Amino acid sequence: MATISQSSPRLPADISTEIVPAPRANSVLELIGNTPLLEITRVTEGFLRAGVRIFAKIEGFNPGGSVKDRAARKMIEIGLARGDLRPGKVILDSTSGNTGIALAMVGAALGYRVEIVMPANVSRERKKIIEAFGAKPIYSDPLEGSDGAIVLCRKIIAQTPDRYFKPDQYNNEANPLAHFESTGPEIWRQTRGQITHFVATVGTSGTIMGTGRFLKSRDHKIKVIGVEPDDPMHGLEGLKHMASSIVPGIYHEDELDDKIQVGTEDAYEMVYALGQIEGILVGQSSGAAMVAALKVALRLREGCVVTIFPDFGDKYLSTNLWIGWQQWRRERLRLLLSKWNESASATT
Amino acid sequence: MSVKVRVPTPLRRFTAGVDEVAADGDSVKAVLEDLERRHPGMRERLLDEKGDLRRFVNIYLNGDDIRFLSQLDSKVKDGDDISIVPAIAGGH
Repeated sequence: MATISQSSPRLPADISTEIVPAPRANSVLELIGNTPLLEITRVTEGFLRAGVRIFAKIEGFNPGGSVKDRAARKMIEIGLARGDLRPGKVILDSTSGNTGIALAMVGAALGYRVEIVMPANVSRERKKIIEAFGAKPIYSDPLEGSDGAIVLCRKIIAQTPDRYFKPDQYNNEANPLAHFESTGPEIWRQTRGQITHFVATVGTSGTIMGTGRFLKSRDHKIKVIGVEPDDPMHGLEGLKHMASSIVPGIYHEDELDDKIQVGTEDAYEMVYALGQIEGILVGQSSGAAMVAALKVALRLREGCVVTIFPDFGDKYLSTNLWIGWQQWRRERLRLLLSKWNESASATT
Repeated sequence: MSVKVRVPTPLRRFTAGVDEVAADGDSVKAVLEDLERRHPGMRERLLDEKGDLRRFVNIYLNGDDIRFLSQLDSKVKDGDDISIVPAIAGGH
């Protein structure tokens, strides 16, 4: 694990005053990015060493409600600049949800039609949001997961290739570039260069690739750690179990310092904990990110761990995430933390 | 009772890549137990240590979510269709 600089990793108490939202915008696209960084203190209370802090970048504050707004805007911008996206073309891509919402929003703001291929079992809130932006949803076989949506999207394009512009979030370098240009610099600024570990869930891998590259370009000692489900059969929407999935072209595992696997149920319980104890209601990918960030932080004597909370939880209220949550008790969090603390002690 | 079980991609490593398999049983629970005998490894992915259906797994009996029937005790008939669908993409 990383050794950190001699200076204290503690950040100034007034860190949040640095974030000034744009007072006026000419387009919703200008409101993407510059999301706040929130220190997570209550769910970790009593477990982290004094010099260790965890921050989460709250991407739900993007206008489309997720981190995917950043990549969607950049892919469309570059598509327009290169002439690949022209008036009359339809924006089409496969997504398990948030990129669909982001593309639908960007398409609406720019006057382009959007069609989204997604597994039929995405949450009903997502379907409705995508439709509310005027985009057309196309459903793929739920048994085939997000890879099924990728395959169906390819088939549709093969039939009339000239009709469509496919941002292709899994293979478009504009996706990580969006994060190299925005998420990375924002985190660097918000932590005043004190970040020691960047922990992010891996779906397309755009967030971790682009942000990780930027952060390492500023300080090569920063550790970049990917988070993936612990089994191909999982319920962590938006995350990929790489060994059993179609590997995105933009994913370069050799750029990661480490990978942490997270169980679906641990991530779900962390969502309940973040809501009830920290006062922030997020989606299951944020739960997974927090579990991994905690596992990293528990191994450290000093450090500033930054993770990404990709979205808020309101899009998942009708989903399996909330099955049985009434039985969850705060003591469960203490038990989980104690378990992870023990395994962290064993590895340090 | 023999039923058809549709297997999602992440579980096909237990069925040699096959997307539909046969299994016997008079309830969903019995069918899952038979599936485990024929394709070891599946049970742990579907049920937790208490034997309850994992939260992120949906099982449909002839198109109906068993959580809205009698859960794992839902009765099955000869020729029924069971689909196992991971809630990887959300809702039910």
